[in-house]
Amino acid sequence: MHDISDSVVTTILFPSSATAVPGAWRRLKRNWSVRLGGGVLIFFALISLFAPWLGVVDPSWLDSGNINRVPGYSGSFALPSGENIARTFWMGTDGSGRDIYSRVLYGGRISLVLGISVAALSIVIGLTVGLAAGYVRWIDGIVMRVMDGLMAIPGILLALFLVALWRASLETVIAAITLTEIPRVARLVRSLVLSIREEPYVEAAISVGTSTSKLIWRHILPNAVAPLIVQATYVCAVAMIMESALSFLGVGLPLDRPTWGNIMAEGRASFNLFPHNVFIPGAFLALTVLSVNMLGDGLRDTLDPRFGRRGE
Amino acid sequence: MTHPVLQVDALSVSLPRGADRTKAVSDVSFAVRSGQLMCLVGESGSGKSMIAHTVMGLLPRNVRATSGRVLLTGEDILEGTPRRLRELRGQQMSMIFQEPMTALSPVMRCGRQIDELLVQHCNLSSGDRRKRVLKMLEHVRLPDAERIYSSYPHQLSGGQRQRIMIAMALILKPALLIADEPTTALDVTTQADILRLIRDLQRENNTAVLFITHDFGVVAEIADTVVVIKDGEVVESGLPSNVLSQPCHAYTRMLLAAVPGFKPRKLQLGSDARVKLHAKGLTRIFDSGGWLRQSRRVIAADAVDLEVYKGETLGIVGESGSGKSTVARLLSRLITPSGGEIELDSLNVTRLRGAAALEFRRKVQVVFQDPYRSLNPRRTVGAAISEGPINFGASQAKARERSAELMKLVQLSPNSLNRYPHEFSGGQRQRICIARALAVGPEVIIADEAVSALDVSVQEQILALFEEIQQRLHLTLIFITHDLRVAAQICNRVVVMQQGRVVEQGPATQIFQNPRHEYTRALLASAPGRDFEFGMKESHSIFEPR
Repeated sequence: MHDISDSVVTTILFPSSATAVPGAWRRLKRNWSVRLGGGVLIFFALISLFAPWLGVVDPSWLDSGNINRVPGYSGSFALPSGENIARTFWMGTDGSGRDIYSRVLYGGRISLVLGISVAALSIVIGLTVGLAAGYVRWIDGIVMRVMDGLMAIPGILLALFLVALWRASLETVIAAITLTEIPRVARLVRSLVLSIREEPYVEAAISVGTSTSKLIWRHILPNAVAPLIVQATYVCAVAMIMESALSFLGVGLPLDRPTWGNIMAEGRASFNLFPHNVFIPGAFLALTVLSVNMLGDGLRDTLDPRFGRRGE
Repeated sequence: MTHPVLQVDALSVSLPRGADRTKAVSDVSFAVRSGQLMCLVGESGSGKSMIAHTVMGLLPRNVRATSGRVLLTGEDILEGTPRRLRELRGQQMSMIFQEPMTALSPVMRCGRQIDELLVQHCNLSSGDRRKRVLKMLEHVRLPDAERIYSSYPHQLSGGQRQRIMIAMALILKPALLIADEPTTALDVTTQADILRLIRDLQRENNTAVLFITHDFGVVAEIADTVVVIKDGEVVESGLPSNVLSQPCHAYTRMLLAAVPGFKPRKLQLGSDARVKLHAKGLTRIFDSGGWLRQSRRVIAADAVDLEVYKGETLGIVGESGSGKSTVARLLSRLITPSGGEIELDSLNVTRLRGAAALEFRRKVQVVFQDPYRSLNPRRTVGAAISEGPINFGASQAKARERSAELMKLVQLSPNSLNRYPHEFSGGQRQRICIARALAVGPEVIIADEAVSALDVSVQEQILALFEEIQQRLHLTLIFITHDLRVAAQICNRVVVMQQGRVVEQGPATQIFQNPRHEYTRALLASAPGRDFEFGMKESHSIFEPR
């Protein structure tokens, strides 16, 4: 055994590639959808977070002297303290004399907090439900029929009903939207679990005596994470839109809290004359949702295992 | 001498940057004449499919032929416009693929799919076309052509689908037929039929055939000429009688030596051998459907009786759907039997639970077929191997130490324990799977098609590894395979299964040399290249130090 088997031995001892971890992070950083979507999203998150330092005034303060100013109008603004300051209304004011720039920035806080909370909650609960359904047969039958039932009701109607039942606050709106999103996540998780548990590596783990909890934790969950992250971004986008829709319909957060939906709802009455009341918060909402979706698409492309395998 | 139908001159095909080599094909030349069947043999990654795709003008976008000529009846394919290539495909050349299910459209009736070629390339009335399609279906020896014409692909068997593909490929009587591993996905008896069909039709129509395969058995069966390629380069070519019996190149010799021979190498163990694992009337029924759906019963294993003696290698052979994998999973208790009993060391283990079941798991381990899917892609090799010992109470450090030892045992470097599975080749991954199975100190190893996904040279190494660990660790081995050559190579005794039943079992020598059951005989007769003696001593002799 000389010429050939020597080379065989070398290839056995020294596998060709020398990197350690699948380069998911590096691929993420190179993906344009991730860069752009993530960048815009981070920008929005920063301006909402640092809103108090970005030249805003109290977003709920009504200045009767400045009703329906068009964007770019410069004049004096009466502060709650009674003091008058010179101010340029870059985004105008609404029909009650509130500064839209301040309202939109604060509204961003609510949209982002809500989107992220709904995404996190529905992923966690949906994951639990989906795992149980995918793993235990009798639970599957019952739980998935309930989920089908929930999915048969249009999400916005269900949320409307729940908010009406519970009285509107940020928490109840989050809970209502989460409940409408859980079935979709649970379904995805269930199908992922059903396919992953048939993989030979899961059977191999069973045959070396791995317990069910370890099996789920070590083998099934890590392989289901990537599609779930992607799903989370979509849930986040849908939640933000739904919150705006609920607020727009007048059943979302109370009117005294500035949310993008509320601003639009209040601007609707004078839309013909002062479209900026609707367009500006609408543009913020659209841009945020777009960036979240772009991030989701980028994540899907980079985390998909088909892109992860090399040297096969 | 006639003008060749296909002439490939100094063809080079470059790969995109970042691939494992710069050229998929480099400086390859060969010619196929009309009425000639040329086999292009090579292992996976040798570039053989790339050549076929170049000839068909179907290269992926980022891959390009950089130099050379591909002449189809004198016309250079590489210079052809997309429009001209479309005309040529179907009319002058056509291709059949490995997996007929994916090559046929699942939403179109088979007849229509063949008809479409006639619509595009000929000017015939619909009645004439139908007649011609039906005639072609009879020609590829499909029974009841009318019924097949209006069937969807999923309603046909694998062999029938491949016949449809052949009918599609040949209906326009192309000068060149390219067959890319057309029988690899088929059972051995079906394979024999399809090979015969290709051979017959080729003679009838005087077609030139470029046949791509990895299987020297197939080469011995049908080739008029052979070209052996390795890493995109031709290493040897000529008549099969020369190449197969007096190979000049070391690589060809190595490949041929790696093909397992048909003569059983091992005898039955002596009569003092103890029964290690005993299956009595083992049955498994799969019920599908249920609620609002018609339920369908499949009896995957039907009253299977078998005994495995301590220290022996028992082969379970059969075609797909014979229930051999079900038996493997029943014996390893990955699924529970619907009926029957399993005894390990005369102890009934059929309904063990809890700690006793865990102890059974420790004693009986499985190595699976697909080395790419049987390792969790997100866990390191070290984590995979040490998982078992940790489950059985070993400390991290101890399990780690054991993993390193096992890596050495399966001839891998212990330094690569921190690597991820995707960094290893198929054969290396199978070694890792073996190490993982060995980690818990089993007494029985069930190998479910453990070498089927591997190239023949790698297969030989893995088989040798199995033998070595069996002897060193006194293991009992159950080897499930569809490949009779593999069974002949390593089994002491063989069980033949068909449709969930055991049709014959006995010593390997008897099964191979004096089969009693009709089905066993049919299986043996269908194995390609059975008359040709592979893996014999004289080819082995080149490995002796010179």
